[in-house]
Amino acid sequence: MTKIVVVTSGKGGVGKTTTSAALATGLALRGFRTAVIDFDVGLRNLDLIMGCERRVVYDLVNVINGDANIRQALIKDKRVDNLFILPASQTRDKDALTQEGVEKVLNALRDDMAMDFIICDSPAGIEKGALMAAYFADEAVVVTNPEVSSVRDSDRMLGILASKTRIAEQGGGDIPARLLLTRYSPERVLRGEMLSVEDVQEILAVELLGVIPESQAVLNASNAGSPVILDTDSDAGQAYLDAVARFLGEDLPHRFLTTGKKGLLGRLFGGQ
Amino acid sequence: MSIFSYLLPKKQRTASVAKERLQIIVARERSMRGGPDYLPQLQEELLAVVRKYVPVSPESVNVQVDRDSGCEILELNITLQDHQDT
Repeated sequence: MTKIVVVTSGKGGVGKTTTSAALATGLALRGFRTAVIDFDVGLRNLDLIMGCERRVVYDLVNVINGDANIRQALIKDKRVDNLFILPASQTRDKDALTQEGVEKVLNALRDDMAMDFIICDSPAGIEKGALMAAYFADEAVVVTNPEVSSVRDSDRMLGILASKTRIAEQGGGDIPARLLLTRYSPERVLRGEMLSVEDVQEILAVELLGVIPESQAVLNASNAGSPVILDTDSDAGQAYLDAVARFLGEDLPHRFLTTGKKGLLGRLFGGQ
Repeated sequence: MSIFSYLLPKKQRTASVAKERLQIIVARERSMRGGPDYLPQLQEELLAVVRKYVPVSPESVNVQVDRDSGCEILELNITLQDHQDT
């Protein structure tokens, strides 16, 4: 059974592509056949984060238009088995993404390529690309920064997910949506300068998939074109590994919610 | 959360300001969500009609659609000012 997952947020720059790359890579590391699709037609980015930008021949719109088949367009990752990337087109044609076209691609990934997971990396905003990335999803990961505009946009996106997916339209109700809080800085939360994970959860009222700490490893990973989840020594890499485990149903405590290294007193009084 | 956070000075807690603002705006936006698209315009036009007879401010009108066991209720609340006799 193929599961389609949309990684979305509403607001741009919060870590959707970083998360899509990490989630897809993490699932593939667990042995699941996983494809990650860049839905940001016009502004291709996932290929850079995945480090396969020079291997792009065909893209999502080529497959939709029948210029290439799914096998030709999928880029197989060189580091991780079972991991495939379908890049976005750089066309400026806004109508290139059609519902029938997207359905065809997803069906091909499910039937011809026998994928276990299809990760749809949504573009920012709530326009066609974002709606198409979400429409066929069975499940959503909403990426949010602990910052007012991001939280508000995530709430808006949760509302859209509740009504604008195929499952919702067919009367299946809301698809399961989980929150991934990224760029979290426990130090700033402690100083009262940043919304805490509890605050964001209280406002959005969705299950927490994970908290990714603000980390230098993320920029280093994107510089190198290697998903940060492969940097297993880094806090962000480990936080993503935990999130993947939770995504697969494991019950892990949340880490990286408190400030750095803790001494004895910190352990006694720091909680978590 | 550490107990020390409660001992920190209360000034400059921008996070709590953010939380309050978000709770208000998110609640407002959720109440509008799922409602028919014509609602804001309906509210505006109704207001214009009422204004012909009574001075009311835009904030004193509240339009809400409730769904209750298969039936939809359009609720319109207009708060008139104190000195007005109804």
